[in-house]
Amino acid sequence: MTASDKPILRIDGLTVDFLSEGDPVRAVDNVSFDVCPGETLVILGESGSGKSVSTGTVMGLIDCPPGDIVSGTLVFDGTDLSRLDNEGRRELNGRRIAMIFQDPLAYLNPVYTVGRQIAEVFESHGAGEGGAMRGRVVRLLERVGIPEAETRVDYYPHQFSGGQRQRVMIAMAIALEPDILIADEPTTALDVSVQAQILDLLRDLQRETGMALIMITHDLEVAAAMADRIIVMNAGKVVESGRAEDVFTNPRHSYTRRLMSAVPHGDPKKRSRPVEQEVLLQVADLSKHYKLGSGPFAPKREFKAVDDVSFTLRRGETVGIVGESGSGKSSIARMLLRLNEPTSGSALFAGEDIFKLEGRALNGFRRKVQMVFQDPFGSMNPRMNVRSIISEPWAIHRDILPRQRWNERVVELLELVGLKPEHAERYPHQFSGGQRQRIAIARALASEPELIVCDEAVSALDVSIQMQVIELLADLRQRLGLSYIFITHDLPIVRQFADRILVMQRGKIVEEGETEALFVSPRHEYTRALLNAVPQPKWLQRDPTPLAG
Amino acid sequence: MMLGYIGRRAYHSVISVIGLLTLVFFLTRLTGDPSALYLPLDSSLEARQAFARLNGLDQPIYVQFFQYLHNLLSLDFGQSLRQNRSAIEVALEAFPATLKLAVVAMTLSIALAIVVGALAAARPGSLFDRIAGLVSLAGASTPDFWIAIVGILVFAVGLGVLPTSGTGSGLHWIMPIFVLMLRPFGLLVQVVRGTMISALASPFIKTAHAKGMKRRKIIFGHALRNSLLPVITVAGDLATGLINGAVVVETIFGWPGIGKLMIDSIIQRDFAVVQSTILVTAIAIFIVNIAIDLLYAVLDPRIRY
Repeated sequence: MTASDKPILRIDGLTVDFLSEGDPVRAVDNVSFDVCPGETLVILGESGSGKSVSTGTVMGLIDCPPGDIVSGTLVFDGTDLSRLDNEGRRELNGRRIAMIFQDPLAYLNPVYTVGRQIAEVFESHGAGEGGAMRGRVVRLLERVGIPEAETRVDYYPHQFSGGQRQRVMIAMAIALEPDILIADEPTTALDVSVQAQILDLLRDLQRETGMALIMITHDLEVAAAMADRIIVMNAGKVVESGRAEDVFTNPRHSYTRRLMSAVPHGDPKKRSRPVEQEVLLQVADLSKHYKLGSGPFAPKREFKAVDDVSFTLRRGETVGIVGESGSGKSSIARMLLRLNEPTSGSALFAGEDIFKLEGRALNGFRRKVQMVFQDPFGSMNPRMNVRSIISEPWAIHRDILPRQRWNERVVELLELVGLKPEHAERYPHQFSGGQRQRIAIARALASEPELIVCDEAVSALDVSIQMQVIELLADLRQRLGLSYIFITHDLPIVRQFADRILVMQRGKIVEEGETEALFVSPRHEYTRALLNAVPQPKWLQRDPTPLAG
Repeated sequence: MMLGYIGRRAYHSVISVIGLLTLVFFLTRLTGDPSALYLPLDSSLEARQAFARLNGLDQPIYVQFFQYLHNLLSLDFGQSLRQNRSAIEVALEAFPATLKLAVVAMTLSIALAIVVGALAAARPGSLFDRIAGLVSLAGASTPDFWIAIVGILVFAVGLGVLPTSGTGSGLHWIMPIFVLMLRPFGLLVQVVRGTMISALASPFIKTAHAKGMKRRKIIFGHALRNSLLPVITVAGDLATGLINGAVVVETIFGWPGIGKLMIDSIIQRDFAVVQSTILVTAIAIFIVNIAIDLLYAVLDPRIRY
């Protein structure tokens, strides 16, 4: 790859305000960067750092109002983008500057075939009309690796997998061979193995067409794997920029250093606790099968979401269940909490079979096992304040706490999870993602559980926040003698936290072992694939070999 | 798959139509004895009894009911007392007039509401949006009979440019259509505007902008198609309202449709005709509902029956 030295896009002193109720909020503050043809620039930052806003202005995708470009110039190939009228902007978008987004399902129109949506790029820029474009669209789909493109061109977005949808988005973006491709968190919603494939595809396309790639991400590994140059953003400002290798190996700004150290590198000190011998949970031959729709001519089929899973959890122990989406890990959690009924199998909790509990006994069991969900916002009633959210378990399980002690205990729990007493009166939307997850943990602790099931509990959080929440969970485990089942798709995260790990694939446990042993010498091929799926930094890559998925 | 779905829906509808007809059968008979209306006031008791016997009205009511059900099975819907011919024939004759009115009024209101609602949603808060909001609110909340009467007063009696009532020329259509359109138009503008605003905020609209699509195509191609589902739900509801509820407008404008026939037959205690008009409208409403369900599947590929 030969990157030219003359920038195709140069942004200088960009400042963007957002007008909300009251004072304008400065989303982007005096940001400058440029990108050359054939080069990859990564904009690294956590949520709310202004990274998407800065590239949004390049595409004219920021609504004004409420957005307002206060100052700065955006020069693309000699043209000042901020002075373009709508028509001039429209002519550039899709033809010379293209963009792909984080969540391809939401960013594709659900009611049109993917073929039609790709053909629209040609139509919008006078490169040809509908039907005649079919051949070109099929070739594009083949190029981005959609199998059976000839038929699939007439499919709708919901008929593709997540990775394939992102491929469709990429096909749409590269249709007219743009000079710049902006990729806004393109792999964040995807499984790690799929992520590696998409990143490879982007690299290959860049090599072929010589386009400049601006990649926005919060993921340090993705950033390292892709970047030639990198800028780090925090609170609307660029805090550090430079060659990728320099920034990663020798970060100068304190924020960058903090970000780098937030990456879980498997510091085993948090795991060294005695685990009792008493078995708390014994799961045997647990299965969940779903019947798939069978017509008069279609044979009956079954989908085995969970297939003969057995494991034990001792009191005080933390078991990590790791797998990609669809591997059945969440199904296990839902059955253990009696939210779904299993097809067969048993689970003894403190000697009693969970699946046979009814009435009062079931209620008593529910008290002892709590769950923390991935999306704390979705799992809280937006009309209840934090006090009501945390005290609700006591309204259900009357014997835990007399009503006059509720307020006192809410304050204790808030302090336990690192929040302040005055937070009790606020509502979920007034908190950040990490704080909301703390509230969810406080709610889980309210019923004084013995086991907490965390289903992707930190996956939606920024990396630096992820570690804080995990540290909190580890600390609570120490103090309250809790046991955890920690479900995640992210292997490195559990390395610090879990005593044992179960790796799941297609409903089955393919490998089980002590955490450190599993990381050092994974036996199963799939575990190795998961471990290797973490991409290599670009400056260390010789010959990128794609991971077979 | 699809035929099976329609079959299931039809089966369920038959059950509810039978229930409806049963209810109507007994309710109409609560309105009184037809012989009091159809014979001269001074007719003798013998004459009344003869009239009752002739029309089967001397039997106990449950016998009459089973006779009615039995006749239904052989597609005999009874005789109109008033016109002395098959009641269903009378109902079917009146239906096209109502259907034409409803189809024209609905088509015009949907088309107009989509354009007005979409343009209002394209620039929320603009002058056009505010005027559209005002007009649609007025349309949705003004009583139709009042507009009808005032319309007759101004355009027929006062200015003399439109006929007061009846059918015949194209001019006869103007006032009934306009009055029937008001409510559907008003409500639909508001629904279209609301769903369009949320559709325009969808991520895939951003994609369309990033592709460099023309704004008009984004609004009417991408956003509109995605906002149509709630619109046709409401439109279907309003359409069934027009089919069976044009009573007021048909009566005021003397429009010979099924609504007017229904009112006339109730007043005249022409039981068989009342039952037949209700059967016809119920079947029409069933067809509209099926059509809406099928339209869902056409508009949204994620919906399959």
